[in-house]
Amino acid sequence: MVALFQSQENIVGEVVIEPIQGKKVEHNGVKIELLGQIELYFDRGNFYDFTSLVRELDVPGELYERKTYPFEFSTVEMPYESYNGVNVRLRYILKVTISRNYVSNIVEYQDFVVRNYTPPPSINNSIKMEVGIEDCLHIEFEYSKSKYHLKDVIIGKIYFLLVRIKLKNMELEIRRRESTGSGPNTYVETETLAKFELMDGAPVRGESIPIRLFLSPYELTPTYRNINNKFCVKYYLNLVLVDEEDRRYFKQQEITVYRLLET
Amino acid sequence: MMLNGAEDEEKWLAEGIAGIQHNAFYMHRALDSNNLREALKYSAQMLSELRTSKLSPHKYYDLYMRAFDELRKLEIFFKDEGKHGVSVVDLYELVQHAGNILPRLYLLCTVGSVYIKSKEAPAKEVLKDLVEMCRGVQHPLRGLFLRSYLAQVSRDKLPDIGSEYEGDADTVMDAVEFVLQNFTEMNKLWVRMQHQGPGRLREKREKERNELRDLVGKNLHVLSQIEGVDLEMYKETVLPRVLEQVVNCKDDLSQYYLMDCIIQVFPDEYHLQTLETLLGACPQLQPTVDIKTVLSRLMDRLSNYAASSADVLPEFLQVEAFAKLSNAIGKVIEAQVDMPAVGAITLYVSLLTFTLRVHPDRLDYVDLVLGACVKKLSSIPKLDDSRATKQVVALLSAPLEKYNDIVTALTLSNYPRVMDHLDNGTNKVMAMVIIQSIMKNNTCISTVDKVEVLFELIKGLIKDTDGADVDELDEEDFKDEQNAVARLIHMLYNNEPEEMLKIICTVRKHTMAGGPKRLPFTVPSLVFSALRLIRQLQGQEGDIVGEEVPATPKKIFQLLNQIIEDLSNVPSPELALRLSLQCAEAANDCDLEHVAYEFFTQAFVLYEEEIADSKAQVTAIHLIIGTLQRMNVFGVENRDTLTHKATGYSARLLKKPDQCRAVYACSHLFWVDDQDGIKDGERVLLCLKRALRIANAAQQMANVARGSSGPVTLFVEILNKYLYFFEKGNQQITGAAIQGLIELINTEKQNDSATPDSASDAFLASTMRYIQFQRQKGGIMGEKFESIKL
Repeated sequence: MVALFQSQENIVGEVVIEPIQGKKVEHNGVKIELLGQIELYFDRGNFYDFTSLVRELDVPGELYERKTYPFEFSTVEMPYESYNGVNVRLRYILKVTISRNYVSNIVEYQDFVVRNYTPPPSINNSIKMEVGIEDCLHIEFEYSKSKYHLKDVIIGKIYFLLVRIKLKNMELEIRRRESTGSGPNTYVETETLAKFELMDGAPVRGESIPIRLFLSPYELTPTYRNINNKFCVKYYLNLVLVDEEDRRYFKQQEITVYRLLET
Repeated sequence: MMLNGAEDEEKWLAEGIAGIQHNAFYMHRALDSNNLREALKYSAQMLSELRTSKLSPHKYYDLYMRAFDELRKLEIFFKDEGKHGVSVVDLYELVQHAGNILPRLYLLCTVGSVYIKSKEAPAKEVLKDLVEMCRGVQHPLRGLFLRSYLAQVSRDKLPDIGSEYEGDADTVMDAVEFVLQNFTEMNKLWVRMQHQGPGRLREKREKERNELRDLVGKNLHVLSQIEGVDLEMYKETVLPRVLEQVVNCKDDLSQYYLMDCIIQVFPDEYHLQTLETLLGACPQLQPTVDIKTVLSRLMDRLSNYAASSADVLPEFLQVEAFAKLSNAIGKVIEAQVDMPAVGAITLYVSLLTFTLRVHPDRLDYVDLVLGACVKKLSSIPKLDDSRATKQVVALLSAPLEKYNDIVTALTLSNYPRVMDHLDNGTNKVMAMVIIQSIMKNNTCISTVDKVEVLFELIKGLIKDTDGADVDELDEEDFKDEQNAVARLIHMLYNNEPEEMLKIICTVRKHTMAGGPKRLPFTVPSLVFSALRLIRQLQGQEGDIVGEEVPATPKKIFQLLNQIIEDLSNVPSPELALRLSLQCAEAANDCDLEHVAYEFFTQAFVLYEEEIADSKAQVTAIHLIIGTLQRMNVFGVENRDTLTHKATGYSARLLKKPDQCRAVYACSHLFWVDDQDGIKDGERVLLCLKRALRIANAAQQMANVARGSSGPVTLFVEILNKYLYFFEKGNQQITGAAIQGLIELINTEKQNDSATPDSASDAFLASTMRYIQFQRQKGGIMGEKFESIKL
């Protein structure tokens, strides 16, 4: 279990240091840091700290017995959410360091999770589009919104304007596209999180097929547009039509996912 | 590999069933342990078996039923929130997480049913959602079964009037809307089925498709069961919507089935009140649809309805059912150009049946139907389709059966016009039907006009039709037909002599055109019919004296004379002779000496000129003698002339035995055993003696020709004549003469050359016994016979 915070929260706590019975600890000072790190797996060892706050807890001296240091980071700016992706990890850590001479410092870490909530968007247009292959297949599809919160439902419909191929079925996929790095060193990783069958069999011209996909069963995160110039995570709805020869016809549309501020 | 389709299918079905059973087992375990998550998982897997495309409808149904049973258990579990701890609203969402659409929708329908029962949401909302979501399954077979499942689970949950699910205002409409939508979608899927798979299997596919029709039709049944569907709603919503789908689907199998379904499931009263709409759809159906059966069934239902109670008849009149039906049939026939004649005629038969049952009093309607049929028939070449012909016969027979009375049919102006369109053979069959109907019902045709029409109807029997191949006629059939006509003539009867005479003239006019083969059959009837009139007039004579009566026996006799003359020209001299004699007898009874004489003359002329065959001559001469014997109208002179002729011809017959017999028969011409009959004993004796001479001559001729004399039969016969006249008191016949004859016979018998003959021996023996008997009887007769010495 890890603690959960959101941006602008006060992170308050205490650090307890208890030397082993009958021994003293000599130190050059005790400090606690709050770090926001981005870790890129293909660039192992390199952490980018986008946030780094420090509180000095003690001046150099000696510890003989258990001592408690209260600490507080007030209204900490934590713009990014914790994220654990394929190629990248974004984490928040509290790091306590007891600095010592000659011997190595004593360091302890404590992870915590940050989630940031957004209010419902003021503009949320539907996605509506007509696509097709000439003289073969023409469809019009509509998703009622372009922005969805994590427990949202995708409502929509597909309208068949022209069907000259023998379709077998139709699915809606939710795909996550995580891209890390920049320039020539960009790594893109796409995962299909959901495969949801919308239609079974071959429709005829004029049919309209309903879409209702609940997002709650899938492990989505909000869309991350540009996290500290290091990575971004985007979501797509991919409409796939499969014909009897297993040829796939698809159309991908980006949607924005956000974490709804519960009111 | 298309090795063995059926075997493969069995295998696939077995696999499917195994899959269902396997997953159902785990589902049951989950249900028992109240594990919702597992229950959903295994039920979805179980339902995935229904995703197969490999099974024929029949086998798929098997699979479906197994899944269906399992879903009932799942539904019971869903109902019990205490077991799984999830509210039905959440459950409704939860099942929609399933990735495959088919299991998802089966589960959704199952939960939906629980949802409605829980009343946590208005039934109409849930139903609307379900029927809408089911659009996702576009595969015809799978879609049909899914929607059929939906229909099944929702049946008892429709927000009908009086149902516990009835919500606020107008929820019946929602129920109807729901069923209509499901119906429409199911029909679309069903229609689409025909386009699945390769073309060469089309026939098999259509057969399979037909097996599924009740899944679609069930919706109509549900609609008809909805309490809230009253006439108003049926008229305004249900019927137009259903028909719209029927017409638009453009599929003959579906259209035929659904039209029939509509007719069968909804009440008669509704049909009657919406006839126009229902019938309006008919011309819009595909040309291959068997509309005639559909309409026939409709008319059957309506006529049964009309028959059920007299109270409903005003409704029929009010909605002008006949006009609408008639109109619709006209339009259908017009629209379906390719409809074979048999179809059109079948429609008219149905309409006619309807008319006869609903409006038995409206002969004009019947005639209208026939008229429409004539119109149709005249637009096509002569019928050569046996089924069509059969229908025409049915069309024509229906009024006969209904009214049991040909007279009614005779007033239908279009009746004969329909008959004109039959081929010769069928025309005759129909004519026979008409005649049989008359016979069966003992119908009397009593006016000239009707007789005219009747003969027009049966003209196929009366005369040769143009182009009829005479060789093809079956002799037996022909005889039957003509006998029937002959019988028919007796049914044409009016008590009023004047009218009756006219009838006879009409019949004569028609029958005389019949040609040589028919006259021998028809003329006797005609003649006797006329003779009957004569006797009738004779009976009334006293009453009508002094008036100018057109129908006098004399006049009729003139007519008869001509008729017989015509017959003799055919030629059919023997028959003409017999009829002449009949007429002569009738004239005798009317005291018309000249007429009778005329007829006798005719008979003799026929005998002399036309009857050459010796056997026929024998018969004819006996007939003449017999008739003449009974005549009492003749004066001495005429009688002498005629008897002289008769005896003369008798003696001139070819064979001696025939001569002999005719001559002794002539003896009766001189001895009529009446009070004032002629009794000329001398001439009787002369005849008998002559007969004896001839008999002798015959014996001798036989001796010469064959070396043995014939039997003594002739002598015995003459002996009998002697005895007769002896008994009747003819003084010329004496006991001695008889005695002499008996001796002669015995001598003949003992003659060496006599041929023993048991028949003549027996004849003689019984004659002798008779004499003995008379002797022993005593009294005057006994004494008389005593004079014969044996």
